[in-house]
Amino acid sequence: MSDRHPAFMPLILVGGLIFGFGLAYSQMARPEVVLNFLQFEDFGLVFVMFGGAAVTGVTFFVAPRLLGRAPLTGDSFERRLKSFDRNVLIGGAIFGVGWGLSGICPGAAYASLGIGNITILWALAGMFLGAYAQGFWRSRSQARDAAATGAD
Amino acid sequence: MVIDPLPLQVAAELFPNGISRYAIGGLLVGLGVTVIYLGTGISAGASTFLESTLSYVSDQSRFQQYVSSRDWRLVFTLGIVLGAAVYAVVYQGGAWTTDVQPWRLLVGGIFVGIGTRVGKGCTSGHGVCGVGSASKTSIVGVLAFLTVAIVTAQVVAALGVSP
Repeated sequence: MSDRHPAFMPLILVGGLIFGFGLAYSQMARPEVVLNFLQFEDFGLVFVMFGGAAVTGVTFFVAPRLLGRAPLTGDSFERRLKSFDRNVLIGGAIFGVGWGLSGICPGAAYASLGIGNITILWALAGMFLGAYAQGFWRSRSQARDAAATGAD
Repeated sequence: MVIDPLPLQVAAELFPNGISRYAIGGLLVGLGVTVIYLGTGISAGASTFLESTLSYVSDQSRFQQYVSSRDWRLVFTLGIVLGAAVYAVVYQGGAWTTDVQPWRLLVGGIFVGIGTRVGKGCTSGHGVCGVGSASKTSIVGVLAFLTVAIVTAQVVAALGVSP
């Protein structure tokens, strides 16, 4: 980790600052606004995702052609696509239940804390609990699978 | 009395708060991802932070796989909190707190914590980064969580739970 470029962490911080400011500016850090969107009372929120995806779409298209490699890590800009399997649908559905019930998603929850919404700590506590539960369970089943294969 | 032309009426109904704050906010979210990606080649999502941070306190293998990225993910999240705080100071004039009931936030949060990690991404990872790179996995993921979230929110509202 010590061989990282000295500008690596500052750049991550600046990116996070812009990201968080944008989430707050978009009002997505307020669960009420998300719930209004999901209840079809204000469709404006689609522009947050489309706006964000439009910018990243241009970035992901242009960066590999102009830069070749990332200056701070030397990594290539190749697309690291997530593989599709059943979990994408199952996890997506579980996430959807949580998002629809609470009106908050992880990035917006961090931003919500930033706008002074201490009540959102309930949601953050829940997210850590949920992430821990699935990690605990999946670590177990992974170890069990490995042990079963090893015994063959 | 002057009646607005139909398209304006429809727009006012669909977007009672206009679209500029949403669009500008979204563009900034994309810009934040862009800054990090151009410098490092990393397309950063928000929900991996949950598991990478748990690696500090748990030695479960699911969390330990994120040890190498846990420090910058912590810095990224700190940046998100601070960036939103800057907005609150400049535009909001102080703290804002939600009226959504704590049990909804806690129970919803648990589902979000499980679902985003099992489903390989959240609104930023799948929604902004994945859709931006035209990943079929992410587009399907977004359709899945968006559809279920709409149904859930509508059912909860219909049951009279508010806020």
